[in-house]
Amino acid sequence: MSTQIRPAPVRKSIFVNASPDHAFDIFTAGIGRWWPKSHKIGPADLDRPVIEPRSGGRWYELDVDGSQCEIGTVAVWEPPARLVLIWQLTPEFTYDPGLVTEVEVLFTPEANGTRVDLEHRDLERMGDKADAMRETVSGPGGWPGLLQLFADTADKH
Amino acid sequence: MTNVDRAFSALHDPTRRAVFERLREGPRPVGEIARGLPVTRPAVSQHLKVLREAGLVSDRSEGTKRIYHIDPKGLGAMRAWLDQFWESALRAFASEVERSAKEDR
Repeated sequence: MSTQIRPAPVRKSIFVNASPDHAFDIFTAGIGRWWPKSHKIGPADLDRPVIEPRSGGRWYELDVDGSQCEIGTVAVWEPPARLVLIWQLTPEFTYDPGLVTEVEVLFTPEANGTRVDLEHRDLERMGDKADAMRETVSGPGGWPGLLQLFADTADKH
Repeated sequence: MTNVDRAFSALHDPTRRAVFERLREGPRPVGEIARGLPVTRPAVSQHLKVLREAGLVSDRSEGTKRIYHIDPKGLGAMRAWLDQFWESALRAFASEVERSAKEDR
């Protein structure tokens, strides 16, 4: 019997003491004010990531020397409720146009603020490239236990 | 210790996580990984050995040098890294939202 192992999506929720409009605006237009400067692709220092404000827009990093590196695209632009970004960075943090993983962010109004739910899914596609993945996963000392443990942990939260 | 335990404890050690993070910036030799870290080079080599045994990191020879890189097939490592990345990024986002909301008032 073979079981396909899929890593659980990464899910995070956080409450902010502001309107969905404001939260959406800071997440997108203001991304350069909170994105960690250390998380970058290009050789030059990061100026800021840019999310173009429309479905089909680009999502890229702008470096201090003016160069740009693709991160992905904007799949869904529905302010202030929903944003879906396409993340196309490999495990080694390089851009791969053939890799498509989704980051969905929901902004839900609550009393006195907004709940922000983030889900980064389709992570198994990061391993789709090679059959070697399956070998690694099913081989002795492979990942099934680890992935299952991650999946269980994610489900509990 | 099982392989699962090994992979988990490998990433739970803060210094080892720093070593792993350094490799996220790209493949590099041990000397470069050690630069800027508050531990000795032999200690970094030791951490790399643990990460390699846990299946999180691989290495290859380049001339006389050994180059370490994140094992791209180590999907569990990627997920763990993303989990931690979004955790800290969202926290930074929330502080920025609240800081700027206060300014507007």
